[in-house]
Amino acid sequence: MLEACGLHFAYAGRPPLFVEFSWSVAAGETWAVLGPSGCGKSTLLMLAAGLLRPQQGDVRVAGATLHRPRPRTGLILQEYGLLPWATVRQNVALGLDIRRFYGPDGRHAPQDERLEDHAARVDYWLERLGIAPLADAYPAQLSGGERQRTAIARTLALNPDLLLMDEPFSSLDAPTREALQILTLTLCREQQLTVILVTHALEEAAFVGQRILLLGRPPHHVPCIIEAPHPHEAAYRHTPAYQALCAELRERLEAEECS
Amino acid sequence: MTDVRRRDVLLALLALLLLWQLVAALAQIPLLPPPSLVVTTFVREVPRGLGRHALASLYRVVASIALAVLAAAPLGLALGQSVRLNRLAAPFIYLLYPIPKVALAPIVLLLLGVGELPKIVLIFLILFFQILVLVRDSAAAIRPELVLSVRSLGAGRRALFRFVYLPASLPAVLTAIRQSIGTAVALLYVAELFATRWGLGYYIYLNGSTLFNYPAMYAGVLAMSLLGLGLYFAVDALEQRLCRWQAPSPR
Repeated sequence: MLEACGLHFAYAGRPPLFVEFSWSVAAGETWAVLGPSGCGKSTLLMLAAGLLRPQQGDVRVAGATLHRPRPRTGLILQEYGLLPWATVRQNVALGLDIRRFYGPDGRHAPQDERLEDHAARVDYWLERLGIAPLADAYPAQLSGGERQRTAIARTLALNPDLLLMDEPFSSLDAPTREALQILTLTLCREQQLTVILVTHALEEAAFVGQRILLLGRPPHHVPCIIEAPHPHEAAYRHTPAYQALCAELRERLEAEECS
Repeated sequence: MTDVRRRDVLLALLALLLLWQLVAALAQIPLLPPPSLVVTTFVREVPRGLGRHALASLYRVVASIALAVLAAAPLGLALGQSVRLNRLAAPFIYLLYPIPKVALAPIVLLLLGVGELPKIVLIFLILFFQILVLVRDSAAAIRPELVLSVRSLGAGRRALFRFVYLPASLPAVLTAIRQSIGTAVALLYVAELFATRWGLGYYIYLNGSTLFNYPAMYAGVLAMSLLGLGLYFAVDALEQRLCRWQAPSPR
């Protein structure tokens, strides 16, 4: 689904974050990318989204080299991704409106995009995320969890095949966060999505990631990967396997073993 | 102004008229006719020329506001989006913004001659900078996260403009217009002193300083105030329609 080959990336005037970095994600996998702030994990996501370009090497998604954001990649950020002047319904419809604006040109929207079922898709995803009663509210009137539900609905309404998330649940309180993690993962499995979630919280990485990419201190060269296949159920948080995984992640992060 | 209720404005107006009537009745001088006389003069004069003067003024104000928005809003959006462009333009704006452009009236009139153009240009010059600065700052204040996530939904430059920058700067444009109305109407008076025979500025000056017809002069002032007030209300109504999101009701 996604292959990064020989990536080299540095922000202007800063030491490089990625040097000859290669990483590959197979279709249908659920990944967590874990690391402290400033380690370059958000940068990696921006590279995967096509919002940043590597100085060397390339990122291939679904077999094609990325030159710009790709219509079937969804991106959800921690906050501020919603239009404050648009209602929940208008926000959920935004991606579809943009596709209608350009038409199915294959560049901004998939060539097989069907414009006529947009309203039904918006209704469906409002319903699935449980925000249909809030359809006419504005983002400023919503709780953090409701805002993220709106952002998720907006992204899933575009029928993505790859979902990139940058700290999507970090500003939420624990019960809201855990409920939304499970709902998001359930929906992603239904849609057979490939998921990459970036987080600084090791509990979140341990719960979400079937495979975990650990980023320590940059520059990153060889990916450090932890395999953690498990079911996405609330009960998993109470198993010894989960506890052991958290302990391992904490230890590795503290030891910076992956740098 | 948005949270001022229309009914309260009317009540305040009534109170002011009452006070005026009282002072005029006590003073008994031609310089201060009572509002009752001014209003009857106003009503009598509207079909006999005052209406046409008001229309000429309305046309000039609306035309200059429209031109200023059309020129300043896109430029403000461009400057707000591009740090590099803004770095180039900011020092010029900084220098040109505070120049009292009213003082340039004779120059503008000399350069552009008689007719509508110099009057509209004079008002335009002032509104242009006010709108430019407000729109630029509102476009620059858009969070990069918002732009990134809308780009990730497939938006290129055109869609970003249509779905993000344009709606984001709308409140700033309306605020700028509202702030400009007072200035524009005041400028109107100055602009209409020169080389015209139509407009409220001309009407007020003619009746006040040449004909010494004070009730008619006050009727002109009343018409000018109503013009400003009407524009205020129009912008308020537009803002309430277009920017409902700005006053979210707490849940």
